[in-house]
Amino acid sequence: MKRMKSNFAVTRLRRPPQAWDRLKQNKVALAGVGVVVVVALVAILAPWLAPYDPAEQFAEGLSPAGEPFPPAARFWLGTDLLGRDLLSRLIYGARVSLLIGVVANGVALAIGTVLGGLAGYFQGWIGPVFMRCTDMMMAFPALLLAIALSAILRPSLWIVALVIALVNWVWIARVVYAQMLALSAREFVEAARALGVGPGRILSRHLFPHLLPTLLVWGTLGISTTVLFEAALSFLGVGVRPPTPSWGGIINESQSYFLSAPWLVAFPGAAILLTSLAFNLVGDGMRDALDPQMRGR
Amino acid sequence: MAHYLLVRLGQAALVLLGIIVLTFLLTYLVPADPARMIAGQSATVETVARIRHELGLDQSLPVQFGRYLSHIVRGDLGRSYAQKVDVGELLRSRLPATVELMVAGILFELLIGLPAGVLAALRRNTWLDQVVMVGAFLGVSAPQFAVGLMLLYLVAFKLQILPLGGYGSVAHLILPAATLGIAGGGWYARVMRSSVVEVLTQDYVRTARAKGLPPSGVVLKHVLRNAALPVVTMVGLDFGTFMGGVVVVESVFGWPGVGQLAWQAIQIVDIPVIMGVVITSALAIVTGNLLADLVYPLLDPKIRYQ
Repeated sequence: MKRMKSNFAVTRLRRPPQAWDRLKQNKVALAGVGVVVVVALVAILAPWLAPYDPAEQFAEGLSPAGEPFPPAARFWLGTDLLGRDLLSRLIYGARVSLLIGVVANGVALAIGTVLGGLAGYFQGWIGPVFMRCTDMMMAFPALLLAIALSAILRPSLWIVALVIALVNWVWIARVVYAQMLALSAREFVEAARALGVGPGRILSRHLFPHLLPTLLVWGTLGISTTVLFEAALSFLGVGVRPPTPSWGGIINESQSYFLSAPWLVAFPGAAILLTSLAFNLVGDGMRDALDPQMRGR
Repeated sequence: MAHYLLVRLGQAALVLLGIIVLTFLLTYLVPADPARMIAGQSATVETVARIRHELGLDQSLPVQFGRYLSHIVRGDLGRSYAQKVDVGELLRSRLPATVELMVAGILFELLIGLPAGVLAALRRNTWLDQVVMVGAFLGVSAPQFAVGLMLLYLVAFKLQILPLGGYGSVAHLILPAATLGIAGGGWYARVMRSSVVEVLTQDYVRTARAKGLPPSGVVLKHVLRNAALPVVTMVGLDFGTFMGGVVVVESVFGWPGVGQLAWQAIQIVDIPVIMGVVITSALAIVTGNLLADLVYPLLDPKIRYQ
């Protein structure tokens, strides 16, 4: 008996490191992790990393004709239309992107998990009703809805995050719903029910842990979409409001002048691309690592 | 078949009704006052009240909604607050440009995505596969507005091959369509790759090979036909994802379509126009999905209507 118990402990301990080991072998995913860490550090350490105050308008930041400067020694990435340092604005912009990416996606994940999970567990009439509701949300032109909402609500950072979450939860809810349907038909759930365990405890103790890998993967991939979504809203001028620097907002401000100052589009665009790409690569790597059957698919 | 069609049509109608209710509620709850917007900041309280009465905005929510719904059923989407024109007329004048852009965008993403995905799958786990997959991720992760602006800068401004935005000829269409198609191309490449990989492991492919069919014949006749199935559903869903992209791309390229119309309407809270655009695009999305579901069994004899 004692021996069996120790065997059991060994097999239990071995599984999580396997997934981690697989992730470590995936060089592309590791590069993604590296970029995510760098962007996060830049966002956290912005006041120490930025060479200048992002809001300061330098008299020497504009040419005598009032034009912004291209990248040079004094202002590494050049200046914007108001003579502000582009590098400093990009560094502070990382805060907005990441904060909204994480918060909006976290809220979407929470809504999606609760709604999808409950619908998948209780089934009966709830299942079809849930599916039609998500159908409806999916037929809603999401960006249009978000633009309308944030144009009308005069957005702050948090409202933008909430709007994005309200538009994005439906994809996660569908995935959780499908998994929950499959999971709640399994024997261990039936066993728990037969033992008289209540639905609350079955959901939280027996079913939720099985959803974690899915949530982890979708949570990471979702940040990538959310970062793009926020950038699009800010580009249209209905995202985070100036003077708070955001990557999409910088491009919005420079749009009228971008043929003469293409760096004002190229650098913020590259920052958005890199961040979104990194979360995509990490999420994809995690999916491969957590589900070896998906490898190379 | 008839039963399945009826059920699906019923579902689609239900989804549309839900969207109309939801959009109407949203516009009703909006803190902005359309009557004040039309009258202008300097208008007197009486003028605003008169406009509110003319628009029927002083009536209760159920009355307003009932009236709106009865008009919609007759194909009447109301009048624009700002332009004093029927919304249906506005949409009719803008839709052709947007449809043109969407069709070109879908063609573009299919042209990029499908060959790339097939190639990556056939050369699985080689450097070519890696390059295609990283490229697909780049396309998916790129912000459309920045891609559009950079294309304008490089192709239209520096190289002067194509016009700098605007609408009219096929040349005007290329850059906006490419901008829309790049992100979608990445998705298609990924889906197509995993779909082809999946089909390649099937028994019927092995049988086809075993009976001596040349490799190109196997790929063309057996693999591609089956692997293309998920793409049908994706094209149906594309109308949804594209509606958002269209607002951004039309704004970047000055494309006179529905996206621009919606964008202008949103800024001045022109509710009938916003409702009209949302309902039109929802209709497009629902129809797209419905068509995909109906075409699917025709292409795949393994699936029967339930």
